[in-house]
This record gives sequence, structure tokens and C-alpha cells, in this order.
Amino acid sequence: MFIINCPYCGERDQTEFSCGGEAHIERPKQPTELSDDQWAEYLFMRKNIKGVQFERWNHAHGCRKWFNIIRDTSNDNIHAVYKMGEKPPVK
Amino acid sequence: MKNKYSIFSLIKNALSGHENWQRAWRDPEPKKEYDVIIIGGGGHGLATAYYLAKKHKLTNIAVVEKGWIGGGNTGRNTTIIRSNYLWDASAGLYDHALKIWEGLSQELNYNVMFSQRGVMNLAHNLQDVRDLKRRTHANRLNGVDAVWLSTEEVKKFCPIINTSPNIRYPVLGGTLQKRAGTARHDAVAWGYARGADSMGVDIIQNCEVKGIKRNGDQVEGIETTKGFIKSKKIGVVAAGHSSVIANMAGIRLPLESKPLQALVSEPVKPIIDTVVMSNAVHAYVSQSDKGELVIGAGTDSYVSYSQKGSHNIVEETLRAILELYPIFSRMKMLRQWGGIVDICPDASPIISKTQIKGLYFNCGWGTGGFKATPGSGDLFAHTIANDEPHQLNAAFNLNRFVSGDLVDEHGAAAVAH
Repeated sequence: MFIINCPYCGERDQTEFSCGGEAHIERPKQPTELSDDQWAEYLFMRKNIKGVQFERWNHAHGCRKWFNIIRDTSNDNIHAVYKMGEKPPVK
Repeated sequence: MKNKYSIFSLIKNALSGHENWQRAWRDPEPKKEYDVIIIGGGGHGLATAYYLAKKHKLTNIAVVEKGWIGGGNTGRNTTIIRSNYLWDASAGLYDHALKIWEGLSQELNYNVMFSQRGVMNLAHNLQDVRDLKRRTHANRLNGVDAVWLSTEEVKKFCPIINTSPNIRYPVLGGTLQKRAGTARHDAVAWGYARGADSMGVDIIQNCEVKGIKRNGDQVEGIETTKGFIKSKKIGVVAAGHSSVIANMAGIRLPLESKPLQALVSEPVKPIIDTVVMSNAVHAYVSQSDKGELVIGAGTDSYVSYSQKGSHNIVEETLRAILELYPIFSRMKMLRQWGGIVDICPDASPIISKTQIKGLYFNCGWGTGGFKATPGSGDLFAHTIANDEPHQLNAAFNLNRFVSGDLVDEHGAAAVAH
């Protein structure tokens, strides 16, 4: 449990948010041309990093907007928050 | 050879002030090379080493453990054992484990305190009733014992449950698996460790794996805090940290690691003599032999390795517990903790070879691995020794995420994942 600084609403409790998992997984541009292996990579395989991870979060009980977070999963410290479509800030 | 534990050894050692007990396992330095290295000294890893030595006659084995054995999820779970899973593959896997549990204390000469006190799963709405009845039928077709209980029968089996129709989620019935129950979690790790050690397995504690060495598509050994150890076969049983080890070997797994919490109350006199689980309100409770209520909560919804969980998860669970058991309203909780569980998209485990020769993974047990400890060890040992899965774990391969043959226990398992 931690505080998340929503880029639209400011600091709120984490319980107001839902986590959408790993960020920057690109949706296949030509789904019909994907092999089964590529589908498995896209759908199921995850980095599941212990350390600094890029994630998507949604302010489900607030503005309901999606945004990105850079968070250290070993101690839940948030390093940066940035909007959808923005480039992740250089660390 | 280990001295046998018995009433006579207990009396003999009591008379000498308990100062002459033989060590249960050695504390060896790692050798340069092993036939098989198991990464992770929890129940599953130690059981794997035990069955490799016992059934497959491989004795040049090391179990390397970052901390101390049984200090991870083996020592953090709520010790529930059951096999009432919906799908054929799961029923086969978990009932295989349950059958081994039934004779485990005798086999290991170590009291794992396996107690077949029954596990009851409650239904709180019409869909629960349909799902649980369907599961009861599926269980019985697979030879797994299961009965459906009406609300009155639930009340009779566990009188402290509030079966009033006026509560937010009334009890509409439940299922009961009588062969299910609990065991002493630490004893499982210690019993397997003692058994494996007596057959020559080296259990190396305080030895963290830092890297996996590969030569092309073949594993060569592991880099550890105690130096490089060579081996052509490596079995990874690292639970929540499976992805971390996979990353060292340069592969990805379909896992997400999340904190799962449990808590225990102050000890009280016997009040609940079974295990009661509720999927819909996410609360399950049993009572330990010390008298503490053992309560399982849910997982956090985000990836974290922090080994602590969010307070709101505990609050939700206790709210549900109090509605079902008003008698617990003034109980004090003594301890709360978290463990990191590795969850697969289909909430079923992976006991499998990988694309790298000699590298095997036993992971993805998610929120319910303890119950499978003996079966998991047995089947993983078979997979490593033969380089092929046993028929009971063939469905639990890594390739199912490519082929689409998922074993989807998410909604079907007795507790929400």
C-alpha cells in the first residue's frame, strides 16, 4: 500500500487505483501474421522484474484515466509518473 | 544413516537432557560439481531432491538456498491441503499429492502432523451453488471425495458459522472434502531435508544464486555467493523469485509475482475443528494446534517483491470473517505477514522442461502450492531424471501458453486467485 501521484488528480491512496501490469507492450500491428510463439510472447510472457519496472495504472475510483508509473517492485517506491503517450523520463 | 525417531529415542534423549540428538541434516560446503542442482530450499525443492535420491538413485545432488530452508512460502502459507480441483489434469496432480500426504509421516519418519480434518467450501449465491455442485460431480468422476452440503448441514458440520439468511452474503450451502485438511508446514521442509540429507544430498543454506551459466542451449552451472558450482541439470523451484532466476538464464516466464497475506490470532481453546473457505467473500480460516486462528487473505493486485501486503486486503478479509463468524468479533490478531507468490495466467502451475537443455522449472503455484508439495517434488524429480514429464504433469508444461491448452483453474479453484 502506497501513495500514487495521479497526473490528473494529485496524490491519492493506492486503493483508488487498479494496476494494469507491465507497460509498453506493443499491440501487434498485423495480428493475422503472428506465429503461435509470438502470440504467447505478447499475451502471456512478462518481465516480472524485481527492481525498477514500468507499469500502467488506472485511477479507477477517481478520474478513471490511464497513465504510467516507474516503480521499484522490491520496495514499492515510485520513481516517476507520466501520462499515456509520453516518453518515460530518463532515469 | 540417521537414527530413527521413536518413543524410545525420545525417552533416551529426554534422560540425557536432550543434548545428544543427532543433527537432522549436515551443513556442507558446496562441491565443485553435482549431477543435479535444485535452486530453492523450500518444501517443493527439498521434496524434489528427496525423490531424485530415493526413486531415481541420483545422490550427487545439491539444494542451494538463499536464506534458510523452509523460510520462504513454505513457512508463510496457511497449511491447507485439498485436491478438489475441477479439471481432470488438476485433480490428477493434486490428488497424487494428497495420496502421498496420507503416508508421509511414516515414510519420512518425521511427524508432519497431517490432519484430515476436512475442508469445506461455502457457496453464497446461485452461481456459487451451480459451480460448486458441478465441481463436486467432477471431483467424484475423478475419484476425488466430495459431497454437497445444504445450509443446515454446513451449520451442523461447523456450528459457529452464521447461517442467517439476513447477512450480506448468506450461506446457501457448501462442499466438503473429508480427506482434506492441514499439516505442519515447517515439519514438511525439515522432514524432506532430513530424508534427502540421509541419502547424501547436500543442503547448502545461505547460498544465493547470482547467475546461470549457459553454453549455447545447454546449462553449465550456477554462479553463487559461495562460488561457481557446475551441473548439467538445474531444477529451479524458487516460487515468487522464479522470474528473477529465469532472467539470469535469459528466458521469460508467464508469471507475475504478488504479495499474498496471512495472519494469526491470539491462541484460544478449540473452536473450529475443520477448514472453512469462502471464495466469494475471500475468507478462509482454520485453527492451529497451538489454538491460533489461521486466516488467509487475498493477493495485492500489483507486482511486488516487498514481502508485505496492503492493509486494505487484510481489512476486507477480516470483514468477511466477522460476518461469517460473529463469535470472533473480539479476537485479537497477533501476527500478519506476506509471501511472494508467482501466479500463472491460468492459475495452474508449471512443472516443465524449458527451451534450454538441462534447465527445468517448477513454478507458478500461485496462492496454493503448499498442498501439492509431495506430489510436486515427486513429479519434478521424474521430469528432471528422465528429461520427460510424468503423465500427471504433462499438461503442466510451459508450451501450453503457446498451444493454448491452458488448465484454467482461475474460477474453478476453491479460492479466488
